[in-house]
Amino acid sequence: MSESHSNARADDNGTLIAARDLTVRFGRQKVLRNITLEVPRGQTLAIIGESGCGKTVLLKSLIGLVRPTGGHVAYDGQQIDTLNDKELTALRTRYGFVFQNAALFDSLTIADNVAFPLREHRRIGQEEAYHQVRDALAMVGLPASVMVKRPAELSGGMRKRVGLARAIIMEPEILLYDEPTTGLDPIMSDVINELIIRTREQAEVTSIVVTHDMTSALKLADRIVMLYPLARLGQEQSQIIFDGTTDEIERCKDKRVAQFLRGEAGERLQEMRDSHESSRMHTALQDR
Amino acid sequence: MSTGSASIDRRPPGFFGRLSEGVADIGEITLAWVESVGDITLFAWQTFAWMVTRLPRKDTLVFAFYQIGVRSLPVVALTGTFIGMVLAVQSYSQFRAFGLETQLGAVINRSMFRELGPVLAATMLAGRVGSSVAAELGTMRVTEQIDALVAMGANPIRYLVVPRFLACLFMIPSLTIMAVFMGVVGGGFYCTYVLNVDSFYYVNNARYADANWDLLYGVFKSVFFGAAIAILSCYRGFNCLPGAEGVGRASTAAFVQSFVVILVLDLLLSIALDNVYYFIWPEYAV
Repeated sequence: MSESHSNARADDNGTLIAARDLTVRFGRQKVLRNITLEVPRGQTLAIIGESGCGKTVLLKSLIGLVRPTGGHVAYDGQQIDTLNDKELTALRTRYGFVFQNAALFDSLTIADNVAFPLREHRRIGQEEAYHQVRDALAMVGLPASVMVKRPAELSGGMRKRVGLARAIIMEPEILLYDEPTTGLDPIMSDVINELIIRTREQAEVTSIVVTHDMTSALKLADRIVMLYPLARLGQEQSQIIFDGTTDEIERCKDKRVAQFLRGEAGERLQEMRDSHESSRMHTALQDR
Repeated sequence: MSTGSASIDRRPPGFFGRLSEGVADIGEITLAWVESVGDITLFAWQTFAWMVTRLPRKDTLVFAFYQIGVRSLPVVALTGTFIGMVLAVQSYSQFRAFGLETQLGAVINRSMFRELGPVLAATMLAGRVGSSVAAELGTMRVTEQIDALVAMGANPIRYLVVPRFLACLFMIPSLTIMAVFMGVVGGGFYCTYVLNVDSFYYVNNARYADANWDLLYGVFKSVFFGAAIAILSCYRGFNCLPGAEGVGRASTAAFVQSFVVILVLDLLLSIALDNVYYFIWPEYAV
């Protein structure tokens, strides 16, 4: 084991995943700046924030799907950026990732989609795979009859549930959810929330849920972290503007957090009006 | 309000300003091009590395071979036939003027064997398969399916690129042979049945004019065309920009770039193969 690994392990104190000074930049645009975050085993963490604040980028950085430009991520004491391809692949089998739009493979049936990680990593017979897929689908409340269908034949809610079944079939230690309720009606959103809670209770997994749905965050999370867009922050300000429990967030005095919780546009409306006015003036100047 | 507009410098750039902008633009384009070539080389290297490390599952390979090879056969056969006939139409009057119409078979067949067969099969493959591969992989990129593969610990190059690469590599020789065969048949049919060229002399002259080398020449070139189509199309799909426009652009770029590379490779390989030919058989050197 490398020195950095052992150091990271020495820091480890029940922490399953830790990001330290994580910075991500796409070209000239900085999306994340010096994010430091630790997630203990068994915790359900909700990462909230407005669209474009970098929630999904943070989630993808935790699994190595997005390579950080600065800082590092450690999983169970292992620093992800120092792992080779084989080690990273092995590590990824300990994760389950539920994508925003499920990201099911269009060309495969539901059974093949759910069985994909099994076939990729375990020597498993056709019949055993069938049973495991059926059980995983049953766990998310889907009948075995959907196994022969293609993703395009399912509704959005069903696709998300298939995505969840695919994520849990390898019995991961940690489940990462990217906007699990986005685009669903309130009833289906609640079904997904209940499924996440049930999965956590049955499989005892650590969960990280990225969402901007406050109902979902308050229902699911033990802890909430709120990110704020860098464009609205000064050089020295932290991008994490809240880190606490669900009770604490409801009592939080920070105007930005309270505004997000209540779903109020606030000064954004005035900014929109100013931007419109400035664009109108610019056009008028150009015409002149 | 006046401060905002006053800060904008509205003066047009002078001669040196325009010159430096032009140089900067050329520099930017050159850098982007070099970066792109480097990326494609790295992408190709990773594909070769996965090909020798761990092959994809049999069902994935069979599906790719069927989609890329078998389903391209009808269109390649059809274009081959028509090109053979068009060659007959275009060449007949020239040869007829010298009374050499029975030599048409030799010319049509050699053109098909060496150039038109491989280039046509490759062009059809680039159009039918290259764009669809780029669009398919581009859509997978945009809808996070490639990210999902990575998240599940599967290598997307091994799972998505290697089967398509192998299918292009191994199926294009068959497609070339099919295009050549149909071109030869189409040209022969048109000359003998429509233009009433004597079939005995047509076949006889053609038989002695073309050798196995000519067929090998075309098939050998086609392997390189297939590899280039697969790598460029998959690369374009993998690096697709977001949205429907991104997918459309990836698909168009895959075809255009594959076509240009086919023509460049055709020239280079033709020169190289001619040199090999004259090295082996120096008595035929001009």
